[in-house]
Amino acid sequence: MPSVCVCCKERSATLVRPKSGEAYCKLCFFDAFENEIHETIINENLFKPGETVAIAASGGKDSTVLAHVMKLLNERHSYGLKLVLLSIDEGITGYRDDSLETVKRNQIQYDLPLIILTYKDLYGWSMDEIVKVVGLKNNCTFCGVFRRQALDRGAMKLNVNKIATGHNADDIAETILMNILRGDIARLKRCTAIITGGDNETEIEFVPRCKPLKYAYEKEIVLYAFYKKLDYFSTECLYSPNAYRGNVRTYIKDLERLRPSAIIDIIHSGEQLIIKSNCKMPTQRNCERCNYYSSMAVCKACVLIEGLNRGLPKLGIGKTERLRKQLKNKEDTEKMSISSLDDTSTSVCCSENSLCHCKERFKDLTTNPT
Amino acid sequence: MTTSSLKADENCSDGDDNNLHLIIEFTGGAELLFDKKKIHHVKLPLFISDNNKTDNNTNNKKQWTIRTLLVWIRNNLLKERPELFIQGDSVRPGILVLINDVDWELLGDLNYELKQNDNVLFVSTLHGG
Repeated sequence: MPSVCVCCKERSATLVRPKSGEAYCKLCFFDAFENEIHETIINENLFKPGETVAIAASGGKDSTVLAHVMKLLNERHSYGLKLVLLSIDEGITGYRDDSLETVKRNQIQYDLPLIILTYKDLYGWSMDEIVKVVGLKNNCTFCGVFRRQALDRGAMKLNVNKIATGHNADDIAETILMNILRGDIARLKRCTAIITGGDNETEIEFVPRCKPLKYAYEKEIVLYAFYKKLDYFSTECLYSPNAYRGNVRTYIKDLERLRPSAIIDIIHSGEQLIIKSNCKMPTQRNCERCNYYSSMAVCKACVLIEGLNRGLPKLGIGKTERLRKQLKNKEDTEKMSISSLDDTSTSVCCSENSLCHCKERFKDLTTNPT
Repeated sequence: MTTSSLKADENCSDGDDNNLHLIIEFTGGAELLFDKKKIHHVKLPLFISDNNKTDNNTNNKKQWTIRTLLVWIRNNLLKERPELFIQGDSVRPGILVLINDVDWELLGDLNYELKQNDNVLFVSTLHGG
């Protein structure tokens, strides 16, 4: 009844690999899975010897498998990397507590240093507080924007060279479809890249990100974690059932059932898309306020924070002309406050207790006089 | 007992010889739909009686399969939002099924015939965020 592994032709098969449809035993599956990730790392030149790499750790299956495999391959193939775990606590009651406990256990199991940063620390607002103000719609926008930048800030603090995230093939296929449906060409170009940021073309300083699990199917990540008995926690974000991604996710899973190779095919198609050279693409630069990576004068996170602090939570969401005017007025105010900083005057917004980002801007000015 | 109720529940006290014992597990977030309980020990009648047959003379006994087990799970264990777990005859795409730690795709999917003390594991990959 049970079929034989196509690889060793000795042991009984325990799973069907979705990529190839072939039956594998547990041990051959481990080897194949790990070797494919190794080949991805080598072929794409993701790391260099001596680099410090922060693994974005959430306690979920993807980041747990990523941490496990990165440590394993780093030792097996002598990459020469220093690995650290970096966790973000969004401040969602009942959601992050247990997963952070899992990351703390991973810290011990894998013997890797761990840093935990909270939204409250970084932005002054936890997600629970944001949802009270914003409601169930749109709060994923806040969380996603804050989370992404939180990793950048954490990486800067830790002084690491790269950030590794646990995005898998299913995640990337979803993102490609979402960006196609939204007609977002700029993101479409970025979301298929296995390593983003750190281009030599620009002088902007920020920490590059890479996705070693880019070509790994979610089913294989789950089964790898299961057969290896890795300790991970899975739960549903209290607010995410309203997220747009859920619809695309369902569609991707339906496609996968019909034809498992569809996921890799979508990624391949996304990689092949070419944008006309005369299309205007947004330029990458630093935010005027917090100095982190941004494609606009003021980054999205600062716009959202300003909206929250001012009692205008819709600021930065949608394209309402009225809100755009308010944003313009705010920018004018911002310029005035920057010029006041040049005079080294201490205004109310720059007091010690304030979470205003002018403070960081002020530090930059004092550190690097023009 | 020579006759058992079709809807045996987890605490059925029937003799062991007349029951099919299974361990059903839900992980990956799927347990949220089942009273947040990951492991369920269930006793089922050894065979499914098909009383709807027009031929009343024949006592048809059918083996439990994953397909019929899913019907039972929906009726007896699923506490909320069945559409998050069941789709048509089968589990929703994105939910992996392992029988005694083996991928159900190797064992016949919905048509696998359950045996005594089988362990059926449902792992959801649909939760995220």
